Amino acid sequence: MASMRDIKRRRASIQSTGQITKAMKLVSTVKLQKSRTKAESSKPYFNQMYATISAMLERSGNMEHKYLSAGAEGKKAVIAITSNRGLAGGYNNNIVKLIMGNPGLAAADTKIYAIGRKGRDGLARKGYEIAADYSEVINEPLYQDAADLTVELLDAFGRGEISEIYLAYTFFKNTVVHIPKLVKLLPFEREAAQDKTDEETKARALMNYEPNAEEVLDMIIPKYMSSLIYGALLEAVASENGARMNAMDSATNNAEEMLGKLEIQYNRARQGSITQELTEIIAGANAIS
Amino acid sequence: MADMMKLTVITPEKQFYEGEVSMVELVTTEGAIGVYPNHIPLTAVVSPGVLTIHEAGEKKQASLISGFVTILPDAVTIMAEVAEWPDEIDFNRAEEARVRAERRLAANETGLDTLRAELALKRALVRLGLKH
Repeated sequence: MASMRDIKRRRASIQSTGQITKAMKLVSTVKLQKSRTKAESSKPYFNQMYATISAMLERSGNMEHKYLSAGAEGKKAVIAITSNRGLAGGYNNNIVKLIMGNPGLAAADTKIYAIGRKGRDGLARKGYEIAADYSEVINEPLYQDAADLTVELLDAFGRGEISEIYLAYTFFKNTVVHIPKLVKLLPFEREAAQDKTDEETKARALMNYEPNAEEVLDMIIPKYMSSLIYGALLEAVASENGARMNAMDSATNNAEEMLGKLEIQYNRARQGSITQELTEIIAGANAIS
Repeated sequence: MADMMKLTVITPEKQFYEGEVSMVELVTTEGAIGVYPNHIPLTAVVSPGVLTIHEAGEKKQASLISGFVTILPDAVTIMAEVAEWPDEIDFNRAEEARVRAERRLAANETGLDTLRAELALKRALVRLGLKH
């Protein structure tokens, strides 16, 4: 049995770890609330954007547009949104696994646009090429960041360096459920945009475009991409904090459980040492008399 | 109410404005337009300008920098990347931006920078125009 001093030391160390995890949990709870409100307030913009763009594409069935057809041979680009900090359970690893698990995204012909150090390092270790690193963005995502990234990606797409663009992020379903998702950004898939009420379709069928449909599409697709990336960034931040909150919660619970066990062990050891001492004293007294 | 329509202005951060209006004025790439209810369906690209909202008896103004607008007979939706009410605008910053842009234009370099400076100047002027 471990000595009393050892147990005491261990208990103290677990106690301080537990205090840290508890504090981290509280911090991420507050951050979660904030990031969640932010993510929710950005949803109307994205939904409206999606409705507009899918209505446009629906009626422009045979429109030829550079963003609608797959580029020539080129690598595939993946925007991997993870966090800069660890201790969030499987949060970062899930994104890395999601990308690696996709047979279309082999390390050899995929470029990573990393947002978040953890995902960048994880993917780099697996042999993926990191084309760009925007890790600072995840600390405080701004719409401008998403717009800048979009410009860079569309540039590369226009030059034919990349043929497809994907977005890997963690969808924030609720506080405990976060789903890693891989979304294809470009070329835009028409099939994805289908469900709509008849009335709406009718109203939009008469839509005029100024200056003309192609130019409007030229304008809107980058905005659509930016809004998607921005939305994903906000969702990812909310998911990160949610994941960390859960991880820290279970860590705190584990620490408490261990403390309970150590407490019992410590008391046994204490009792044992007293019994032993008594036995020794009695034996000594007996020997004298 | 037959002569009212629904106006929604959404920015990436939040729902900027929502309400019943009688007319909306804004600037598109094709020029300034005023939209009354029962307009033909139209989607247009916004260029920097002042957004004027005519409510029942009131007139509201805001800056509208970029985005696009979807007009239906009974509703107008503006997807704005940047939009601000006059009290949200930092006029000192706008003034600085104006001076900077003018200097850059005065330096008279050609290429992308001129274009950028012109856009910056336009933005600054729109914002300053809302100062009362």
